[in-house]
Amino acid sequence: MTLTRKEVEHIAALARLELTAAEVERYSRQLSDILEYAERLQQVDTSHVPPTASVLPAALRLREDTPRPGLSIETLLSTAPQTDSGQFRVPPVLDAHD
Amino acid sequence: MTDLTALSLADCLSLLRRGEISSSALTRAHLERTARLEPTLHAYITPTPELALAQAAQADERWAAWRKDASQPHPALLGLPLAVKDVLALKGVRCTGGSRILENFVPPYSATTVERLLAAGAVITGKTNTDEFAMGSSTENSAYGPTRNPWDRDRVPGGSSGGSAAAVAARLAPAALGSDTGGSVRQPAAFCGVTGIKPSYGRCSRYGLYAYGSSLDSVGVLARSAADAALVFAVMAGYDPLDSTSADRPLPALDLERASFRGLRIGVPREYFIKGIQPEIETAVRAAIAHMQALGAEVRPVSLPHTEYALPVYYLIAPAEASANLARFDGVRYGPRENADQVIDLFSRTRGMRFGAEVKRRIMLGTYALSAGYYDAYYAQAQKVRTLIKADFDAAYQQVDLIAAPVAPSTAFRFGEHSEDPLAMYLEDVFTLPANLAGVPGIAFPVGFDRAGLPIGMQLMAAPFREDSLFRAAHAYQQSTDWHRQTPMLD
Repeated sequence: MTLTRKEVEHIAALARLELTAAEVERYSRQLSDILEYAERLQQVDTSHVPPTASVLPAALRLREDTPRPGLSIETLLSTAPQTDSGQFRVPPVLDAHD
Repeated sequence: MTDLTALSLADCLSLLRRGEISSSALTRAHLERTARLEPTLHAYITPTPELALAQAAQADERWAAWRKDASQPHPALLGLPLAVKDVLALKGVRCTGGSRILENFVPPYSATTVERLLAAGAVITGKTNTDEFAMGSSTENSAYGPTRNPWDRDRVPGGSSGGSAAAVAARLAPAALGSDTGGSVRQPAAFCGVTGIKPSYGRCSRYGLYAYGSSLDSVGVLARSAADAALVFAVMAGYDPLDSTSADRPLPALDLERASFRGLRIGVPREYFIKGIQPEIETAVRAAIAHMQALGAEVRPVSLPHTEYALPVYYLIAPAEASANLARFDGVRYGPRENADQVIDLFSRTRGMRFGAEVKRRIMLGTYALSAGYYDAYYAQAQKVRTLIKADFDAAYQQVDLIAAPVAPSTAFRFGEHSEDPLAMYLEDVFTLPANLAGVPGIAFPVGFDRAGLPIGMQLMAAPFREDSLFRAAHAYQQSTDWHRQTPMLD
């Protein structure tokens, strides 16, 4: 299993990671090594085996849908790098001329 | 004058109860030792001496009141200093997760496990060092510099709870919280010669623990004995409605007074005694098992045939979960941000600049394993093999109560030894990952030293929710041995 630089760049874009050229180079080598090691899982016959997502037998619980106090807007916004009018502020999502 | 940093938690409690020492004096002794040793150990990312002294003063008042009217039981940890790994939120104190992406983040709430320590009267000495987001086996992935092993400062303390393990071994704190996703409590406990409990999945709330691999993460305790670890564990364990995977299971009584090996069946899995393991470790672990047998345990061979697949299964499932969990760190809601003209560049630049190399590696690996075209071959196949690994444990626990194994294939390694080869670093976790994949509890404790004078650890693993068997066995072992009483020469 070999990951090309192009594939690494594609994964990095999916993961929202801006990488340097040196990082792309290093990760393509290291991730290839790790995936090659993981190839041994293909030897295991799992045709009749269900997947395990959680070791707990019970299904996820639901709580009563009743309102209760939580952290205030002010508290939650206090940890943000930039806020405006009670909201998180970010640069434009779309270009102005889109 | 007794060295207050040398006392067990149980001894501290009985002295506090009788008013023979104060929590303030106990806390100050640990803070003074920390001030002296911390510059060379770096066990903490954020020490909290002022908070600790304030909590200690408060504890002393509560002890005074209790001594006047002892009709109610006193809080279980009243006045005991404890350290907390910096992946667990403590309200009002910076929680970095070992990462530059949260270097200024002050959580507005506390983790449930931390909240329970506080409610029981504990004194928090600080937030301990960790590999970034608990991803690593050495603390070398901490953005704040590595912790040094108190037994040999040229070596790693293990990881990711390496700061907690070093703090406990060096007696900067009598016990500390850690977290264990693939061995992050047990391996540093072994490297630093302390006792570490990784509870069953679901036993201790994950609320307020920075999520790494959500189906694997568990909050644990590092201490200088099984009895001390049990004291803290009993306080923080139990159902929490704030964690949807918290198990509503009663906690069996931890009656250590009468702990013995009589009637305990211990299985020895051949898959854990393999070529490549440091020979002194195999010798020490086998000697410990023989000792347990002499004390009344019934020892028999067992097989966990899918053990060899645990490593590749873990290194697909954990990164896949991590890639989803760490998506929340994007420079919008918390932490610092790298500026950009477009929001998508702000995300990518903040994450690219502020995550460390190992975190980026695992996010990429997880993203790949989950991506279209590869999901079935990697992630789904790993989940299926996980089923087989869990089935191995289920079958073994039909025959035995405990499974005995080494914690790691080597004792503490030198800084930089594995840093250029991630796969070699991952192999450090080969004996600890299966317990997380199967959700079973494990306890690591010291059973000897190698020729270089470095601690050797072994682990016992029990059936889900049978931490009581682990504490019982480890305590019985420690009652008749003194490996856990050895301390590194630091002064």
